[in-house]
Amino acid sequence: MAEIQESSKGGSKQKKFTVRVDFTPMVDMNMLLITFFMLCTSLSKPQTMEISMPTNDKVSEEEQTKVQESRAITILLGGDDKVYYYFGTPNYEDYTSLKETTYQADGLRAVLLDRNKDVVAKINDLKKQMLDEKITEDQFKAEAAEIKKDKAAPVVMIKGTDESSYKNLIDALDEMQICNISKYAIVDITEGDEFLLENLAKAGELTKNIDR
Amino acid sequence: MAKVKVKRKSTFIDMTAMSDVTVLLLTFFMLTSTFIQKEPVTVSTPGSVSEIKIPETDILQILIDPQGKVFMGLDKQEDRVAVLEKVGEEYGIEFTPEEKNKFRLANSFGVPISQMKAFLALSEDEQDATLKDLGIPTDSTDNQFKSWVRNARLQNRDLRIAIKADQTTPYPKIKTIMTSLQDIRENRYNLITSLKSISTDEE
Repeated sequence: MAEIQESSKGGSKQKKFTVRVDFTPMVDMNMLLITFFMLCTSLSKPQTMEISMPTNDKVSEEEQTKVQESRAITILLGGDDKVYYYFGTPNYEDYTSLKETTYQADGLRAVLLDRNKDVVAKINDLKKQMLDEKITEDQFKAEAAEIKKDKAAPVVMIKGTDESSYKNLIDALDEMQICNISKYAIVDITEGDEFLLENLAKAGELTKNIDR
Repeated sequence: MAKVKVKRKSTFIDMTAMSDVTVLLLTFFMLTSTFIQKEPVTVSTPGSVSEIKIPETDILQILIDPQGKVFMGLDKQEDRVAVLEKVGEEYGIEFTPEEKNKFRLANSFGVPISQMKAFLALSEDEQDATLKDLGIPTDSTDNQFKSWVRNARLQNRDLRIAIKADQTTPYPKIKTIMTSLQDIRENRYNLITSLKSISTDEE
C-alpha cells in the first residue's frame, strides 16, 4: 500500500511527490515472528557442573589415599532437605557427634567456611587484588589453584541416603564450590552412618545396643 | 451562518519507526536464542552457582525423570544411526533402513531394545505419546543403558556425557546411573543445572 501524495502548490510547475510506504503489514509480520521466536526458543544456555568420579578399579591398600582424621568432614544428605555432618571419625556411642544443619547460608556453608577459613581468606585476599587490578584474571586462577592444594585444607565426603533427592546432591556440590573446597568425593553410605542417623533421630536410644 | 469546516485528517500512522524496532528485536532473538529441543519428559533442573556453560556439540545427554526413567539424546544424527546399529548387533536385532531413518530423526530415545522395532513402526505422534512411559532399562540384570553409552563412546571419542535430572529424583536412581557409568569407566561427566545466584555473599 504505497501511497503517492501529490502536493501541488499553485505557482510551481514542478510536481512534488512524497513517497509513503505503509509499514503496517511489515510490523504485523515482524510481531508474529518475534512471538514465534520467543515461544520456541530458549535464551539461556543450561549451566553445567563438572565432576569426576573415582574409578571402580580395585586399589591396593598402600595406594589408597588415607585422609587425615582432622581434615575429614562427612556430610550425610538426609530426607526432607535435612543435612547432617561430622568431623573425622564419629564417636558411635555419643549420638551428638552427628550434627544436623540446613542448606541455608548459615547452615552447612558456615560450617564449611569455618573449617576452610585459611584457604577462603587467602582466596578472598587474592580476589580483592584482582578487583583492584593488581593481578590479571589468569594470575588469579593460577594462584587460586595453588592455594587450594593446601595440605591442611579439609576433605569432604558426601554420602547420600536413600531418602535424599538429586537437588540435595547438587546443593551439597554447590557448597563445595562456594566454600572453595577442592577435595570432595561422592561416596556410598555405610552402615555406621545409617546407624548414626537413626541414633540421632531416636536421641541416643540405640547407644545401649552397641556390642562392646 | 458559516459552515463549520471539518478538516479531514488522514489517519495514516507512520509505521517506519515501529518496523525498525521490531526488526531489531527479531534480530536479537534470532541471534541469541537456541531452539528448545523436544524432550520426552519435562524436567526442572536444580539451581547451582556453577557458571560453566555446556558445549553445544558432542553431547550425550542422559535425561532422568522424577520416577527414574532414563532417556538419552545424541546431537549428531550420523552417530545416532551408528549407535543403534551397534547396540542392535549386541542384542541380535537388525534394523531396516526405514527404521534407521526414523531413529535418526528422533531427538531423544529411550526404549528397551526388544521393543525398539515395534516402537519405530509407530507414527511420530504415537511415538511421542508412548515414549514417556518407556525408558532404557538400567537394572543390574539387564543394563542396556551401559551398552548405549559404551557404543556412543566408541562412535565418538570426544563425546561428553551430561546428566540432566529432575530435582525431585530420588538419590538412589541417580546413584544407579552413576555406578553404571563408573562400571564402564566413564568417570568424567557434567551435571546440567540452571543458574542460581548466591543469595548471601560468601562471607
